[in-house]
Order: sequence, then structure tokens, then C-alpha cells
Amino acid sequence: MSAPVVVSGLGVVAPNGLGAQDYWSAARIGKSGIGVLSRFDSSRYPSRLAGEIHGFTARDHLPNRLLPQTDRMTQLALVAADWALADAGVRPEELPGFDMGVVTASAAGGFEFGQGELQRLWSQGSEYVSAYQSFAWFYAVNSGQISIRHGLRGPSGVVVSDQAGGLDAVAQARRQIRKGTPLVVSGGVDASLCPWGWVAQMAGGRLSTRDDPASAYLPFDRRAAGHVPGEGGALFVLEREDVARTRGAKVYGEIAGYGATFDPRPGSGRPPTLRKAIELALADAGVRPGDVDVVFADGAAVPELDRIEAEALTAVFGPRGIPVTVPKTLTGCLYSGAAALDLATTFLAMEAGLIPPTVNTEPAEEYGLDLVVGQPRAAEVRTALVLARGHGGFNSAMVVRVGRPAETRRS
Amino acid sequence: MTAREFTLDDLRRILRAAAGADESVDLDGDIRDTAFESLGYESLALLETGSRIQREYGIALDDDVLDIEHTPRSLVEAVNARLSAVAR
Repeated sequence: MSAPVVVSGLGVVAPNGLGAQDYWSAARIGKSGIGVLSRFDSSRYPSRLAGEIHGFTARDHLPNRLLPQTDRMTQLALVAADWALADAGVRPEELPGFDMGVVTASAAGGFEFGQGELQRLWSQGSEYVSAYQSFAWFYAVNSGQISIRHGLRGPSGVVVSDQAGGLDAVAQARRQIRKGTPLVVSGGVDASLCPWGWVAQMAGGRLSTRDDPASAYLPFDRRAAGHVPGEGGALFVLEREDVARTRGAKVYGEIAGYGATFDPRPGSGRPPTLRKAIELALADAGVRPGDVDVVFADGAAVPELDRIEAEALTAVFGPRGIPVTVPKTLTGCLYSGAAALDLATTFLAMEAGLIPPTVNTEPAEEYGLDLVVGQPRAAEVRTALVLARGHGGFNSAMVVRVGRPAETRRS
Repeated sequence: MTAREFTLDDLRRILRAAAGADESVDLDGDIRDTAFESLGYESLALLETGSRIQREYGIALDDDVLDIEHTPRSLVEAVNARLSAVAR
């Protein structure tokens, strides 16, 4: 059997909290970070709400040299990586560079930076485009900048599978660890709340156009009409369990199982494959449905997608067979950061013995889900399932198991 | 026509705008003979710096003057040489 891979550090950047502690104090009580988009004038766009991170000033956290060459999503990712490494008690400069990798997910790349440079290209000319545009817009840039900043020279990369990417990246990190790299920084942080990013998201056809933050994003509700976009995500330090324990690290939990599927072509008549992804993840973790304590759902808030997810969950766990929650209702969908943040929330929920609530949704009876709405629910969370889907047919499922209690805490 | 002069302070200003400044380096100190690499700049930072000098001063620089092993003194001299060539 493969060596267990655990999470020993996490860094969170979310619209309702900067840092794991701030985020959890908001998420546990259902405090939302969704409001009217303020980054630019959105009044003439069909969608006007977003989960924005306020109060983040990159120069307070990062070296001056990095500022002119990084998009906001990279600045957020670099800070999340710093926090994750500090939380894990890892000082990369003291470790062999080839023993550490970084695998992040990205859904958009550095859109805001790219928009500025494209504007210069077309209004002033090519000589006005920043040399840093060569990488600042690029999907892999978060991995690259984290790698350079901390000297992580081991197996690294980027996964692009929209929202499923947050889980797919962590699964790839687990693969690299099992192949011999002792430590990998992984997860996803996305941010593209600029006009160019906004219209690109609108083109996906799944953005809510409602103006009331209390009714804009309502997964598993009959009124569901799309999601609110947000920015942020989470990054983790992943290690082989024995490596983490040998150095006396706190262990949040184990990445115990993973399954990923791709849906059949629309119109093929074949069924969607989310259920299969769940079953693969459970089998990979060696757990039965009855062993799982909670599901962090994808929660697309598109009726057809909600129905598919509810059917998959009731098929595996039975009608109202397991608590389900969508803390994304507090942040909006963070694209590749979404499932990474859900993973972080899972570990924080395990520590607190509390399932954070889904807000605003009135669950539609016909979905047959036991949705944790309005208030947090006290529960012992030892095994959790996180689901994420990406535009175009990506389905990913991850089973997370709590760290063994007696040995999990530093004195 | 008198050539416009490119000073060390002009270079400092453009370096800061193009690529920022390393916290461990005193860019306002005597950096004249310190290689760009030791000042914390990599090749892309110099490429961007060169691009800004060229468009602000309306000159073309040879690629080989933008080398991380070169010093501010040599870059300032190269820019002034181009400026006086253009003025002639």
C-alpha cells in the first residue's frame, strides 16, 4: 500500500477572511464576503456581485522586486504559500531544493496584468508592453513564482481543469510525493475580477445576474440561477506522513482518496460521471459511504447541475443520508481556488468539530439532500468528501481523513 | 544641438519603476560599479529597464549593453553615447 500523504500546513486567502484563522471565524458562523464589485465600475455589466478580498496590500507581504512582475492572483498565491509553509513549520531554505515541489491549479492565469498589457499594446504599441507579461499572465506562473521564491526545485507543474483543478492539483502533488518527493506545496488561488476576466466569466453563461447578495447564489434551491464569482483560494504543504511525523509536525489530515472522471459528450445519451468519481475516491481511500461524515459539495447553482450532483449524492449515500454543505455560498466560486478552499475548510471543520453552513439557500425538497443551512452543525468530522466540477465535463472527488489524534499535535 | 543627459538618478528611477528594488540593496548608495546581478536584477528586469529607457529617450540600445554582469556606470555611459550620437 502506498505511503499516506498528509497536509501539515495551510494558507488561506478568502473574501471573508485573510489567513486560516480569520477565514474560519467567518465561515463557521456563515459570515459572507459577497458584495457589490468595487474593483471597477460594474454598473453596466449584467452581473455586479463578487466575493472580493478587501484589505490585501501586496507590498505589506512581499518583496518589492516581485510587485511589478506579478498579477494579483500571484501575489495572493505567494502570500498563501508563505503562510502554509510557516504553518507547517517548514523552512525551505534549510532543505534540499530537489526534495520539494509545487503543483498549483489555475483556471484563468493573470488576467488583470494581461489586460493592462494588452491595453498598452493596442493603445501605445508593442514597445510599451512589460517584459514581465511573458510570464505574468500565464497559468503556470503561481507555481513558478512560488518555486523561485522558496527554492522548490523538485517535480512541479500546473493543472488547468477549471474548478476541479483545486483537487486535481492536490492529487498530482500526492502522486509526486508517492514517487519520492518528500514535500510538495499544492492547491489553487485564482483572481480575475477585472473587466476582461469578468466578461470571460460571463461568457461561460453561469454567472448570477441578481443584485441582492442574499439571493444571488443559491445552490440546491428552486430559485438557483448561477453563481457569484470570487477571488482567492488555499495552498497546502503536503508531505509523506512519516516525514511529517518525524519532524513533529502538526498533521491536519490525510489526502486519503481521489477520483476524477470526464463527462460524456453532450447529446451522447450516456449519463454524467460525477457518481463514478465519488465511488472511485471512496474506493481509493478504502472507505464505505457510511464512513463519510460530511460532503463539501460543488454547488453549481445551475438547476441541471444541481440535479446531477444531488442524484449522485443520494445514489451513493441514500436520500438525506449525509450532511452536505456549500461554504462557497459565503465566498462565491473561486474557480481553481474553490475546491482548495473547501479542502482547507474541511480540515478546519475537523479541528473544530463543526460543519460550516450553507447560507441563503432554501433546499429544494426534491433533491433529497440533508443540507446544512443557516447555522453551523456540531459534528465529529473524521472523514470528509470534497467535490468539484469544472466547465466542460471535469468531475473530481477527494476523500480526506483526520490526522490520528494522539500523535497529531505539537506540544 | 546639445545631447540630453542620462544620469545615474534617471537609471535609479527607471529601475524602480520597471522592476522594483531589492530590500537588501541601497539603490541610492554608490551603486555605480556594482553589477546589476549583485543589485538583485535578473535579465528580464534589465530587458524591461532597457525598454523603458528606449521609449523615454527615443533611442535604440544594443542588446549587449543590457547584461546582468554589467554595471550602472557602463549602462549610463552606453545610453549617453547613443544620446550624443542621435544629437549629432
